[in-house]
Amino acid sequence: MNIPVNYLLVLAGILFTIGVLGVLIRRNAIVVFMSIELMLNAANMVFITFARAFQNLDGQVIVFFLIAAAAAEVAIGLALMVTIFRTKKSIDIDEVKTLSG
Amino acid sequence: MSIDLILFLGLALVAVVTALSMLLSRNAVHSALFLALNFLAVAVLYLLMNAAFVAMVQITVYAGAIMVLFLFVIMLLGAEEAAKGRSLPWQTPVAVLCGLVLVGELVYYFAVQKPVLLAAAGEVGQSFGSPAEIGRMLFDSYTLPFELTSILLLVAMVGAILLSRNEKEAE
Repeated sequence: MNIPVNYLLVLAGILFTIGVLGVLIRRNAIVVFMSIELMLNAANMVFITFARAFQNLDGQVIVFFLIAAAAAEVAIGLALMVTIFRTKKSIDIDEVKTLSG
Repeated sequence: MSIDLILFLGLALVAVVTALSMLLSRNAVHSALFLALNFLAVAVLYLLMNAAFVAMVQITVYAGAIMVLFLFVIMLLGAEEAAKGRSLPWQTPVAVLCGLVLVGELVYYFAVQKPVLLAAAGEVGQSFGSPAEIGRMLFDSYTLPFELTSILLLVAMVGAILLSRNEKEAE
């Protein structure tokens, strides 16, 4: 693909910003979590872009590790959400304001 | 306009529109499906950037496993829609303003840089980003992180089981 690196970085920046907005605006905890995944994905895209630009495979290997870390994070995060839902009967993030169940 | 640029603009359009749809749809199931489409569009971009293995991992792990987990939890909790009513009325305008400032600064910063073409670094070989090359690196210079990742996944699995266990039943 023969396009400027800048375009890909701008696309990653836009996707990251949409993720930030999702975290700030939405109140459904699962949608907030999906926005975090979107931000992780934007960061992965920058790694892949520079791996191609510098012809260095290390970037792609790091993305592989990041995807594995994201999978672990999702498993734990969703288990936490199920636990919160069991005590609060809601996953509205405004409802979750005390540490004790 | 070259074919590469047209391909990129089409994929970028799909990625941005699906991300915005994820942000704006009221139903969490629709959000999850839009996010899966976004991951697929980004995976195709990876393919165009000679990252075949990572693109396939993106599709199987992100668009496959992770999104299925999300959909499963949404349907398990019946949490398609959060409650109406907003406790902080100024939250949305402030968030949109901060987002616009962030994206404006990013675009300005990348616009003032001298554009570097991806191909200007020279064409890469056929094997760049292939599973064989990535595998060789994983077991050569990244052996310790690779093993640590397996421990991380094991800990995550044990943690998820421990967290979602029903404590009343256990006692």
